[in-house]
Amino acid sequence: MFINAILLALREIRRNLMRSFLTILGIVIGVAAVITMVTLGNGATRMVGEQIASLGSNLLILRPGQRMGPAAFGAPNFRLADAEAIRAQVSALKAVAPMVSSGAPLVAGNNNWSSTVTGATNDYFVAGNWKIAAGRTFSEDEQHAGRAVCVIGATIQSKLFGHQNPVGAELRVKNFSCRIVGLLTSKGQGAMGMDQDDVVVMPLRTAQRRLTGNPQDVSVILLSMRDDAAPEQIMPQIRKLMRERRKIADNDDDNFNLMDTRQIAEILSGTIGTITTLLGAVAAVSLLVGGIGIMNIMLVSVTERTREIGIRLAIGALEHEVLLQFLIEAVALSAFGGIVGILFALVSCLGLSALMNMPFEFQPGINLISFAFSALIGVLFGYMPARRAARLDPIEALRHE
Amino acid sequence: MSAAPTPTSSSLEPLIEFRGISKTYGQGQAAFLALSGIHLGIRQGEFLAIMGPSGSGKSTAMNILGCLDAPSEGEFLFQGVHVERLGRNQRALLRRHYLGFVFQGFNLLARTSAQENVELPLLYRGESALKRHTAAREALARVGLSGWERHTPAELSGGQQQRVAIARAIVTQPLVLLADEPTGNLDSHRSHEIMELLVQLNREQGITVLMVTHEPDMASYASRIVHFVDGEIASDTEQEVRTCS
Ligand SMILES: Nc1ncnc2c1ncn2[C@@H]1O[C@H](COP(=O)(O)OP(=O)(O)O)[C@@H](O)[C@H]1O
Ligand SMILES: [Mg+2]
Repeated sequence: MFINAILLALREIRRNLMRSFLTILGIVIGVAAVITMVTLGNGATRMVGEQIASLGSNLLILRPGQRMGPAAFGAPNFRLADAEAIRAQVSALKAVAPMVSSGAPLVAGNNNWSSTVTGATNDYFVAGNWKIAAGRTFSEDEQHAGRAVCVIGATIQSKLFGHQNPVGAELRVKNFSCRIVGLLTSKGQGAMGMDQDDVVVMPLRTAQRRLTGNPQDVSVILLSMRDDAAPEQIMPQIRKLMRERRKIADNDDDNFNLMDTRQIAEILSGTIGTITTLLGAVAAVSLLVGGIGIMNIMLVSVTERTREIGIRLAIGALEHEVLLQFLIEAVALSAFGGIVGILFALVSCLGLSALMNMPFEFQPGINLISFAFSALIGVLFGYMPARRAARLDPIEALRHE
Repeated sequence: MSAAPTPTSSSLEPLIEFRGISKTYGQGQAAFLALSGIHLGIRQGEFLAIMGPSGSGKSTAMNILGCLDAPSEGEFLFQGVHVERLGRNQRALLRRHYLGFVFQGFNLLARTSAQENVELPLLYRGESALKRHTAAREALARVGLSGWERHTPAELSGGQQQRVAIARAIVTQPLVLLADEPTGNLDSHRSHEIMELLVQLNREQGITVLMVTHEPDMASYASRIVHFVDGEIASDTEQEVRTCS
């Protein structure tokens, strides 16, 4: 009986291939959209996590201004002495890297490029988890005397030097010439198009003198904690020290902020998670609309096939047999739509993640859920038309034109 | 699944019996009496033609005889079973197991091969694929359509379509074949072919044939003619069976 109903339903789908295809289109799009959204969203979350880890493990960022974001408006910069004080008074720190940065045009030979130049001590390479691919970091003398030397990232090398070894070459930064002493190991494409390798680092003193023009101010201090350090102990210490040094009254707010990169990672992946959920929900609505499409076409098909239903009833089909046939047709259609949707999603996920430089990982969970959901939609939206078909009066149905 | 009601008949009793059958369409002011207190007995093996002017209640009577519709009043016995007491699904089971239908408009499934059309009633009977296949081929052969199994209705002439419909009606070896104006859509030549086929089935297989027609020419093939006028039986005559050419 059940097998018969399946047989009848499949025959009917095959008989009306074009209509069947149009019927499942909504489901195909809905399923593909849901899976693509969720897969890409999860990929993005993972990628952000990886990249923040690549920034440096156990990294704290100390910046002037009240909250995270670019605006440090009105809040005074840190002084070099602040970094020294932290180094002297806070234990469990692996590296304290005061830094300044400034956008600057770069020229080497006939090539030019524009990038952000960072002035920092060697601690910067420790805090930022940078490895030297060729050459070296700064010498004591270079740092102390503020010599015109620099270490460049992989992007700068490829933009200005192609495949040549840049170490030892001269790089013109803004209005002075700088000798390249080291090349950093590539960290790869960053989150949301941010390129971490697009970087030029020179000794802090050099940058302060020649780029920012202020020999005492630093704009950011990177702090790398030891592996066994507890941020919840270290962070209040640093905060207290900074409040003292910046002479903030007890009832005033901080005019600087201290962030744990892990915290940033959490905030970012939280945001991406919300966006993923939202997009997934929108896509789920389209899946629902696809279900309504199935109901619509099944209803039309019941009207269109009234005579056929009449024939079946006259021949001796029972109500529940006709019901089952139409229900199975709807479920088979929507389940098939689900499968096609999954294939579409696979293709679009592969394409989009390649386009956005994101890792792609097949997620069986969301695929299974989407498939089950599409079949469920078949049951829900197929039931009404199926019941209508089953309840037809055979005489009326036979007379139907 | 429930079995069809099992008829308990003796050969003396009529196969089918109408006892005071009435059928009213609509309600109240709009009520229309399509059949009024019909009495009619039909024995196994008869070839009955129902005639009468348009609107006289022929189709209404056929629908009740075919267990497609329930009477408003009266008793309808099929092999001793009170059909008027049966529900929709029970009547469907009677149709499935004992009746075969041929309609005026052929009513074949479109875009479906002759073979599959004929297999349909067997599918609902739960027969195996092999049984369905051979029985359908046999039925098609019996109506002279060997070699046409793969053709869809659109690829067949009207007469051929009606033959497929007859094959579908007899593939289950029914007790009774009901045909409401089976030649209504056919030209005279094809009509006679169909009638001869019905006579043959009636004679050789003992299938009781109930047929509605308004053409005296077609009715002349029957062994008995019942005339309906205004929902009542005006005349009921047995006749010499016409021999096939
Ligand atoms: N479903 C229906 N509802 C209302 N009136 C009907 C219905 N079916 C038939 N009738 C009426 O009953 C009468 C008998 O119809 P029918 O049995 O089809 O006549 P025939 O087949 O002899 O032409 C006609 O007047 C017709 O209008
Ligand atoms: Mg009629």
